[in-house]
Amino acid sequence: MRAMPLEPETIARKAQIAQALRRLIARESVIEDEVGLKPYESDALTAYQQPPLLVALPSTTAEVSSILKYCHAEGVKVVPRGAGTSLSGGALGLADGITLGLAKLNRILKIDYDNRCVVAQPGVTNLAITQAVQADGFYYAPDPSSQIACTIGGNVAENSGGVHCLKYGMTTNNVLGIEMVLMTGEVIRLGGAHLDAGGYDLLGLMIGSEGLLGVVTEVTVRILPRPTHVRAMLLGFASCETGGNCVAQVIGAGIIPAGMEMMDHLSTNAAEDFIHAGYPRDVDALLIVELDGPESEVAETMARIRAIAEGCGAICIHESTSDEERLRFWAGRKAAFPALGSISPDYYCMDGTIPRRRLPEVLGRIEEMSGQYGLRVANVFHAGDGNLHPLILYDANQPGQLDKAEAFGDEILRLCVEVGGVLTGEHGVGVEKRDLMGAMFNETDLDQQMRVKCAFDPKHLLNPGKVFPQLKRCAELGRVHVHRGQTRFPELPRF
Amino acid sequence: MTLLEPDTLDALAEAVTDAALAGEPVEVLGGGALRGFGRPVNAPRSLSTRRLNRIHFYEPDELVISLEAGVALDAVSEALATSGQQLAFEPPNLSRLLGGEGVRTIGGVIAANLSGPRRLQAGAARDHLLGFVAVNGRGEVIKSGGRVVKNVTGYDLSKLIAGSWGTLAVISTVTLKVLPRPETAATLLVPGLEAGGAVRLFARALAAPLDVTAAAWLPATLAGPWASGPVAALRLEGLSLSVAERLDLIAGLAEGAPTARLEAGETQALWSAIRDAAPLAEPRDRAIWRISVPPTTGPGVLTALPGAIGYLDWAGGLVWLSVEDAGDSGAAALRAHIAHSGGHATLVRASAESRAALEPFQPLPAPLAALTARVKDAFDPLRVLNPGRLYREL
Repeated sequence: MRAMPLEPETIARKAQIAQALRRLIARESVIEDEVGLKPYESDALTAYQQPPLLVALPSTTAEVSSILKYCHAEGVKVVPRGAGTSLSGGALGLADGITLGLAKLNRILKIDYDNRCVVAQPGVTNLAITQAVQADGFYYAPDPSSQIACTIGGNVAENSGGVHCLKYGMTTNNVLGIEMVLMTGEVIRLGGAHLDAGGYDLLGLMIGSEGLLGVVTEVTVRILPRPTHVRAMLLGFASCETGGNCVAQVIGAGIIPAGMEMMDHLSTNAAEDFIHAGYPRDVDALLIVELDGPESEVAETMARIRAIAEGCGAICIHESTSDEERLRFWAGRKAAFPALGSISPDYYCMDGTIPRRRLPEVLGRIEEMSGQYGLRVANVFHAGDGNLHPLILYDANQPGQLDKAEAFGDEILRLCVEVGGVLTGEHGVGVEKRDLMGAMFNETDLDQQMRVKCAFDPKHLLNPGKVFPQLKRCAELGRVHVHRGQTRFPELPRF
Repeated sequence: MTLLEPDTLDALAEAVTDAALAGEPVEVLGGGALRGFGRPVNAPRSLSTRRLNRIHFYEPDELVISLEAGVALDAVSEALATSGQQLAFEPPNLSRLLGGEGVRTIGGVIAANLSGPRRLQAGAARDHLLGFVAVNGRGEVIKSGGRVVKNVTGYDLSKLIAGSWGTLAVISTVTLKVLPRPETAATLLVPGLEAGGAVRLFARALAAPLDVTAAAWLPATLAGPWASGPVAALRLEGLSLSVAERLDLIAGLAEGAPTARLEAGETQALWSAIRDAAPLAEPRDRAIWRISVPPTTGPGVLTALPGAIGYLDWAGGLVWLSVEDAGDSGAAALRAHIAHSGGHATLVRASAESRAALEPFQPLPAPLAALTARVKDAFDPLRVLNPGRLYREL
């Protein structure tokens, strides 16, 4: 990662800034000592560490607004942070900026069953929303694997997914409205308990904007009734190719399962060793397919999938007969990352998405690269939607291995783009994939995105150094040059 | 008036560049089917994407289609039907409501973010747009998103482009998520319910795991072909056996009220009519509002304007109203009524004079209006594309 330039004047003003913030929020909500700042030095991408200049923990929208207004006037950079579970360094601190922690905004403000929505502050965890409504038969659908810890505000910033987004969508498809504060301190409401935007869909733009456009202070999500019947199947295949073919045939038959995950030989066996989920060991691809809905629909769909799997040459088929068994099927998948962590000192998790049909080819190329780099790789795959999580196994204590793992990861992501996919399916660009943005977007595309940033934050004070490989000044981007003859883009993919 | 009809992306970029250099605003069109919707544009040039009409690829197994903006919506539906698939957001056909002969294009549907009854369950047009290629007001070709469902690489400009009415960029290509058509569909009718009772029934039905894919209410005056009084309708889709079982379960939620059922063919006719605002198409001289509100507040909106006739879709959350096309057509009263609970009211149909004089799209509070203008300038700083189409000042 290329370092962004620091502002020594801001660092020199640390005490003065802390004092000013203490006039805006409770004294103890401003952290400036080394020990107190330590927990804020990284997020879940622990390869990158940088303690922030200061941490401010506001308790209300008004406090968020006053802090941003002050920082805007004083030219102080701000990094918004929820629970710090980002896997892409989105909440990585800045030596010359404050981290704005939203953990104290942690109340559920309204549960409205008749309009099927919940209004929550950004620091409420993803799972807490479901817990608040589950006694009445509802749940919040997006379920990122970090859902016990990650916050709904962070989910909005990252457009978080989960294993059920094939059927139920990502965060962006499940959020109805937000209240947000611009860098100037202005408070803006987008959407609400109703559907669709009046005017531009700035709500859709905000979701997944990685904390670069505004600070979310309230979120309205839609909730769904929990399905009566949920069952899962384990399908084992002798190759990733036949497994991938089965996925394509299931979807081609008009079936959209609630979840469809694939694990390769290494991850299946690591998970089985770790948690004894009952996985077959002699498969090269294991599919977990989950179906939910009315009983008869689930039963009929399972019969159809079984027939398709048999036709594809499945070497084993198990159907869950109880909820305990279903959860055991999932336990292995959910333990895949820690299981791989137990057989390797460190692992580096990638997050590209590819068109599903390119899976066998992509896995083959990753295998080749694994040989070239001398690092093992395990593959876990949200098969239904093409989101691939290769885990590169390495040892950070061996000199050069982290660099090698990162270079391997970069090559995998470039491969994802090359076959028609994208750099990141659900983890975000953050600092991690920032310098790869050029693999997917040309300069005109990136300039357009940065001009959008300028409309929200012309001084580049909000989460700078994330997402964009190079920060251009808004004044420069705002100049209007229209040139004839620069409009031909023979290299442009017609996707 | 110059009419430009580029048939390649390069020619499209050339046309916008040319207009920007000349400082002449452009009216942006697909086939012109939505010309009667919203604010009219008064521009010396017109730019239609209707000759950008190629399907780049359609991969049913991957649930994705990529096509140029000018492809006719009917052609898209036909192509998808060959593989038993569809655009799940049920784009409405407003041709009868709006009048005019314009061909509906996929670019127009996306630019207007128009969605039908299944919006409630399957999401809006914007939720199905995976990526796009477009030409911004500087004449630059820009792209965002991709062809895969799961993608968080960079800002989600697809959401911004959907529903921007051609005011940010001229769409050249869209890549869309498609979904299987359900095997069958059926409708449960509950006659005799007033709007409030219908919305309470919808809340009970949607709180149960029955996967209702549409819920609407028609007053006696509009229920003509389906009931002699007011009627609530709920649609179920899926495998035959499961649809039949769920119809029974929903009927059980009607608290003993008599119910009737519509099979697949009649279901199609009913929901097409609701989708297209067909019950309000005549008489043609009345103004038509489309109002999105929290579902429980829908019944109140129906009675907010004296002399209004209307019906509910989206389980109460979408109100279609027909009012006399006079004065402000109820704009101030309607917007004041929904101000408290939130939502937006769009004047879909009115005389060109009314649409030019009024704000057909919901006016925005000051900080949001200022932000909206800055976003417009980020794409179209010379204000070349569809000036005034969305808001007078934009």
